[in-house]
Amino acid sequence: MTAQEIYDNLKAKFGDAVGEAKLDALQPWIAISETRTREICQFLRDEPTFAFDYLSCLSGMDYPDGKLGVVYHLFSMTHRHKIVLRTMCTREHPHIQSVSAVWGTANWHEREAYDMFGIVFDEHPDLRRILCGDDYPGYPLRKDFKVPEFYNGMKVPY
Amino acid sequence: MGILNYKFESGNILITSLDGLLNWARLSSLWQMQFGLACCAIEMMAASASNFDIMRFGVIPRATPRQCDVMIVSGTVTLKMATRIKRLFDQMPEPRYVISMGSCSNCGGPYWEHGYHVLKGVDRVIPVDVYVPGCPPRPEALLEGIIKLQEKVRKESLAKKTVPTA
Amino acid sequence: MKESRTLPTDYVSSPERTSSGRTLRTDEMILNMGPQHPSTHGVLRLELVVDGEIVVDVIPHIGYLHRCFEKHAEHMTNYQQVIPYADRMDYLSSMCNDWAYALAVEKLLKIEIPERVQYIRLIMAELQRIASHLIAVGTYAIDMGAFTPFLWCFRDRERILDLFEMTCGARLLYNYIWVGGVSHDLPPRFVEKTKDFCRDFRKTLKEVHDVLSYNEIFIKRTANVGVLPKDVAINYACSGPMLRGSGVDWDLRRDDPYGIYDRFEWAVQIGKGEAGTVGDCWDRYMVRMREMEESTKLIEQAVASIPEGNVQSAIPKRIRPEAGEVYVRSESPRGELGFYIVSDGTASPYRVKARAPAFVNLSVLSEISRGAMVADLVAIVGSVDIVLGEVDR
Ligand code: SF4
Repeated sequence: MTAQEIYDNLKAKFGDAVGEAKLDALQPWIAISETRTREICQFLRDEPTFAFDYLSCLSGMDYPDGKLGVVYHLFSMTHRHKIVLRTMCTREHPHIQSVSAVWGTANWHEREAYDMFGIVFDEHPDLRRILCGDDYPGYPLRKDFKVPEFYNGMKVPY
Repeated sequence: MGILNYKFESGNILITSLDGLLNWARLSSLWQMQFGLACCAIEMMAASASNFDIMRFGVIPRATPRQCDVMIVSGTVTLKMATRIKRLFDQMPEPRYVISMGSCSNCGGPYWEHGYHVLKGVDRVIPVDVYVPGCPPRPEALLEGIIKLQEKVRKESLAKKTVPTA
Repeated sequence: MKESRTLPTDYVSSPERTSSGRTLRTDEMILNMGPQHPSTHGVLRLELVVDGEIVVDVIPHIGYLHRCFEKHAEHMTNYQQVIPYADRMDYLSSMCNDWAYALAVEKLLKIEIPERVQYIRLIMAELQRIASHLIAVGTYAIDMGAFTPFLWCFRDRERILDLFEMTCGARLLYNYIWVGGVSHDLPPRFVEKTKDFCRDFRKTLKEVHDVLSYNEIFIKRTANVGVLPKDVAINYACSGPMLRGSGVDWDLRRDDPYGIYDRFEWAVQIGKGEAGTVGDCWDRYMVRMREMEESTKLIEQAVASIPEGNVQSAIPKRIRPEAGEVYVRSESPRGELGFYIVSDGTASPYRVKARAPAFVNLSVLSEISRGAMVADLVAIVGSVDIVLGEVDR
């Protein structure tokens, strides 16, 4: 199925929750609302014409305009088509609905995005930091991150 | 065994100093803590496998720190790991030695500048006896490090040995 | 066929569980495994909830080797400088990492790769796959208590490293595959030496099969242990031998082709459950063994038909892709290695996310090890074949 068809289908079903899209890009993407990601992803996975059963990658983002976001790369093992979804949230209220109930693999990816960008995934079963220590100050991959001078009594900068 | 066969024929007496004997015994059985951190650990494994055979120097990997004489810190020490390394080092019985293998554990290596989660040198948490440079050091370089450590042990005197403090 | 060991769905830790009739109170206990543990293949820490010998739950704790790959990638002054860091991500398959990253940048730049470079890359990646699987198999043998195969595997791996060394001077981290080309042409006598290696390597494979694969003890330890069903594997986005071991016929080299894999004859190997259930540890192990055989075939075909040419003609002087983003994936020895690169039109990437196969494969660990014995857990962790550098990046 082409990106255009996927977009039309989603738009028809979810209306406003599906935002802008860039379908002529190298890898076409569709923006979706951060409060309805689970619903939309569930639909994309379970609807036999889409059957996006494989979440290739989930990446946190810190966009130049100061917004945070998440990018999902979906793939279907049965139909062998791909689509990229994007969702955004503000820095002040970084909340996005979790999709770990849809794909098990999202669990760790979301924990990583939380760890690195401080994006809170609502309804996530176990949202803890995954790579850095529990008491690590700040979210390292945000563009405005400052390396702490000391961590647990150890000097961090060279 | 060639030379030794004829050396001890009559009476098996060997005269040496106590320090000399003890040091000889210690330096020829430097048991190593089996503990790999990162890429350098693969070279450490290669050093103990077929082609390089670190065991001919008496370096035998042990799984627990309490049986070990030497800790080879092979790889990047992260902030999360540093406290564990300190604890493992504390669990080793005296006399104990540390070989820092690779640029990462010497000084942070390639991660020295932007490594927000990397400790820039393991000597910030534990004392180091021998630094082996390289990214990764070749197995031969690690063997050289072991020999350097043996030289150090050979010159020590148990009576005068000072306890390293972290 | 043994029945597979999984936890009954109505499992409760109850006092009536002894066979002798006496009640023996059992409690759940929390056991810590790692980060310094000889069988966790690096600095992985597992928090086990055990009831006697039975594992009730496993909580992996990772991040002990988090080396900030993505931050470094953002802070480099150009795209080329990221490659040494990509090398260090999965340090057992550096060539494949380099290639994966180069593929992504090349896709952003839309450049054509010369024929000879394609051949060299394929040969290197497949040699690397063999080297990586050799470590996986060798250390797995140690975990199962067999020491000899480890020495054989390392002996042959050293020969591959010698080939790499004569090509680019490094044993482990190569920085060999660059964007648009490779750093050095093949040295003289490389082709003959590779052929020699392929010939001898078949013997090693046979030896390892004889002493390990069909060894009764080994089969007892690995068959029916850690069974990963097909649908769980896909839901958790497992890839590589992990996915193929569960009987899913899926290989990016064939199904999302890159390079020149489509020109050669080779087959995708999947687990068939010969020793036990489809998707158990033995299947995953066996997929690796058979993949080495296939890689040998690929290398032999490639070295026989490698064309002449300049390996650096397509290397761009200045890498400055226009604004845009790509996600490109390729098959590393551990599975789907993807790079998501966002370019903002400047000389260095705005964001690089590495989708590491070992990270994703490890996340399924607690699903497949519930109900196993503690000793089986060692078999399961070994069969996932994790490299902590890649799990934590
Ligand atoms: S010194 Fe180099 S090879 Fe060793 S752990 Fe650090 S990055 Fe890896």
